[in-house]
Amino acid sequence: MTNLIKLSAADLSGLLADRSVSSVEVTRAHLDHIAAIDTDVHAFLHVARDAALATAARIDARRAAGDVLGPLAGVPIAIKDVLATQDMPSTAGSKILEGWIPPYDATVVRRVRDAGLIPLGKTNMDEFAMGSSTEFSAYGPTHNPWDLDRIPGGSGGGSAAAVSSFEAPLALGSDTGGSIRQPAAVTGSVGVKPTYGGVSRYGSIALASSLDQVGPVTRTVYDAALLHDVIGGHDPLDSTSLTDSWPSMAAAARAGLADGALKGVRVGVIKELAGEGFQPGVKQRFEETLALLAKAGAEIVQVSAPNFEYAIAAYYLILPAEASSNLARFDSVRFGIRVNPAEGPLTSERVMAATRDAGFGPEVKRRIILGTYALSAGYYDAYYGSAQKVRTLIQRDFDAAFAQVDVLVSPSAPTTAFKFGEKMTDPMAMYLNDVTTIPANLAGVPGMSLPMGLAPEDGLPVGLQIMAPAKLDARLYTFGAAVERLLEATWGHTLLSQAPELAPTEMFASEEGVV
Amino acid sequence: MKKAELMDYDKALELFEPVLGFEVHVELNTKTKMFCGCANEFGQGANTNTCPTCLGLPGGLPQVNAKAIESSIRLGLALGCEIAEYSRFARKNYFYPDTAKNFQTSQYDEPIAFNGQLTIELESGRLVTVDIERAHMEDDAGKLTHVGGATGRIQGADYSLVDYNRGGVPLVEIVTQMIEGGEADSPEIGRTYVAAIREIVKGLGVSNARMEEGNVRCDANVSLRPRGSNILGTRTETKNVNSLRSVERAVRYEIQRQAALLAAGGTITQETRHWHEDTGITSAGRPKSDADDYRYFPEPDLVPVAPSREWVEELRATLPEPPAARRKRLQANWGFANLEFQDVVNSDLLDAVEATIAAGSAAQAARKWWTGEVARLANVAGVAADSLVHPVQVAALIELVVAGTLTDRLARQVLEGVIAGEGTPLEVVELRGLAVVSDDGALIAAIDEALAAQPDVLAKIRDGKVQAAGAVIGAVMKAMRGQADAARVRELVLERAGTAE
Ligand SMILES: [Zn+2]
Repeated sequence: MTNLIKLSAADLSGLLADRSVSSVEVTRAHLDHIAAIDTDVHAFLHVARDAALATAARIDARRAAGDVLGPLAGVPIAIKDVLATQDMPSTAGSKILEGWIPPYDATVVRRVRDAGLIPLGKTNMDEFAMGSSTEFSAYGPTHNPWDLDRIPGGSGGGSAAAVSSFEAPLALGSDTGGSIRQPAAVTGSVGVKPTYGGVSRYGSIALASSLDQVGPVTRTVYDAALLHDVIGGHDPLDSTSLTDSWPSMAAAARAGLADGALKGVRVGVIKELAGEGFQPGVKQRFEETLALLAKAGAEIVQVSAPNFEYAIAAYYLILPAEASSNLARFDSVRFGIRVNPAEGPLTSERVMAATRDAGFGPEVKRRIILGTYALSAGYYDAYYGSAQKVRTLIQRDFDAAFAQVDVLVSPSAPTTAFKFGEKMTDPMAMYLNDVTTIPANLAGVPGMSLPMGLAPEDGLPVGLQIMAPAKLDARLYTFGAAVERLLEATWGHTLLSQAPELAPTEMFASEEGVV
Repeated sequence: MKKAELMDYDKALELFEPVLGFEVHVELNTKTKMFCGCANEFGQGANTNTCPTCLGLPGGLPQVNAKAIESSIRLGLALGCEIAEYSRFARKNYFYPDTAKNFQTSQYDEPIAFNGQLTIELESGRLVTVDIERAHMEDDAGKLTHVGGATGRIQGADYSLVDYNRGGVPLVEIVTQMIEGGEADSPEIGRTYVAAIREIVKGLGVSNARMEEGNVRCDANVSLRPRGSNILGTRTETKNVNSLRSVERAVRYEIQRQAALLAAGGTITQETRHWHEDTGITSAGRPKSDADDYRYFPEPDLVPVAPSREWVEELRATLPEPPAARRKRLQANWGFANLEFQDVVNSDLLDAVEATIAAGSAAQAARKWWTGEVARLANVAGVAADSLVHPVQVAALIELVVAGTLTDRLARQVLEGVIAGEGTPLEVVELRGLAVVSDDGALIAAIDEALAAQPDVLAKIRDGKVQAAGAVIGAVMKAMRGQADAARVRELVLERAGTAE
């Protein structure tokens, strides 16, 4: 029998549609695999085994009754813990929300349920999405399936590890400065940050409102497109949600599979992100990919984005500023944990302070303090004001670049997966890891990461980042699918087929023999 | 400060020039809240009209209520303001348990309306023009109830309860420029200005405008400048002064208090102050400085509001007649004396009287019923008169009196029935059997019986001593339980006496 967990969502969709396999079988296969390996990987903070099987049975019954179901009905999905789910705890990786079950579903979660997908559980993340490694999760880090001693990227390391270790074919992530794309890069999976406003943020626990965007985490570009079609589109509950009507991303991805899809595509290489100072293997795979693209008929164009060099500085003012305000609501009054001060009177102010002191981790506190400072009277113009100006300049850099090319490319991250603890004590080193991904968030343009090989020096996945003009997410899928096809044809296999098999952790004494 | 320690008012004005400023919060009467779909109403049980957004739950996001924008623009226009072509919300960050998000969504440097003017008329006929700096939109906080302790205030309370039903209700805050030159009229300027705002929002229909329910709340800023100086004094901000009379009293009190302090060589602390309705004094609240840092920044969860000029002009065309002009017109039309008209205005019954007249009643009758019996019953019930009974019912009642179906005394009973929910005046008349007995047959029978019982009276009447009829009339009225027209009874008595054997 086919190993169900190794199939793409699209393939599962086909098998489910012609009833060669049931959703219960597919769901159980994934749950069993999670049970077998997640003690080591720790991609999940919560696994909803019974609910998932019950939902799968309902979908099977509806299919049997002849209901018309969407293409992903019956396919399992993992949900990043930043998204509100009314039947599962939603902690955003923070102790302050330990055990909190929201009274509502995020819009994307509701859309996923309405489309008949099967939520398997909630995935690990850096606390409130602040981090690039999941080391800042209050519930312990997630491990990279390629090497359990290494980080899976962050903040959405849980979702990326879940799909790349075959615990789920699909996952939802959120991307504020690279939290979907960087984990995809270091785990050999596919991640898309849609155009800002393309996917609803309602019910996504906010980090930085003007940067956050929910998106798909998958193993193939086409699967990402299928999931994008489910979660995208206008939501009246999110004021920043675009009212545009969107083309089918799945159709756009299929268009990329046509022969000659890369012919004449103008591909911009951003001089400032072309690999200078990046890990040699990352630079090498990027240059090889460019050569392949050129050979396939794409036109490689060098472009410059001079203001990208200020992106990290601007980002680390805007993000903490917005986060400091967004995280003010965690005060123990209406939800979450409550901690009383060890001594002294129990005033609301002191209880709030004690709760926040106990509930927030060090990185969250660092950024709240930074943001509070940046917004303070007398500093606002110099910090937040200047950062907003940089943001405008970066948007202009993108406009100028997209006047010359159809898509922009860069490595998704400067390095492959680093070892645990390597950057924990040096916040700047951690922040610099997002140099490639941050500009897209500042400008609101869509970005994708897909695997472009393994770095020769460490055998770990390297990601290619593709960016398109705002609202042209479809172009990302067409180009991305074409590149994915080109690379896999060159390799003769998918990248993830090269990942080491993870052994089940359960050992049975009787089978091992007793001395 | 005890009342006895205050400086005499005239003396205070001799030494100092009062400088005023007002911040009036108007609660809009939209169906739903400012940034979510929850009902904009209270009294359904604590925290029933709430959702992830107005509870500030993780993941909740605001959406702007278009009706609130419309109401704010109309209010801005009625205050003579310019309407911004591009306006943004901003977060005002501070921690307080009644503020679910721990920031208020307000407006900072880009308010929806600015640069307005409002001319008010004092009782002396003096006209004062108040410059409006801005009118901006924001959301209201929840309501805290402090339990335990003696004062009901947070100090000394055992615990506090918070109800977020009011959290997220749309407010417009109207901020004046400094008002100078008010002089001895300053307290009256305060009262008249707030009354004018209340009248405008009521006329626009954008607020229920009941001060006693907090629909209109006034913060009064007062500072004193020594005569001959051009340096502004330190101001105090007296919060939540919630009746017109209190605005006047609070301003007057602050002038006298600050003058006494300054004259004694003291200094004024920049602070918020609480107004105490019962004792008529203000007390120190929390210190307030211009350096209070709310870390305002543009609300990233909301797109800017950019009302098109066409829409603004459409809204301008919907503005009602300005209240001052309307008052002049109505008084002239109705022919009320100044005192009669003031009585109606001060009782907040202009709309009710106008509607009653429109329903067919004579102006004086409408005025008499509303300011008389209806107002009295409302006072007993502790509610606003125009919430007690509909003008159409009052008009119907007046019509029954005019037609002779009811005497004034009976009409008062019918009014009580209408208020008790027994139906229209006509239905109450039926139900309670209260109509004047206009059936001559029934009256004649009663008269004949009374005359037969008092033969001496009959003789006197026949002798021409007509006043003797009074005794018979009294007996008949008693027999009819008051439900007879006394004049008609008298006519019939004389007639029966004249034709009897
Ligand atoms: Zn609400």
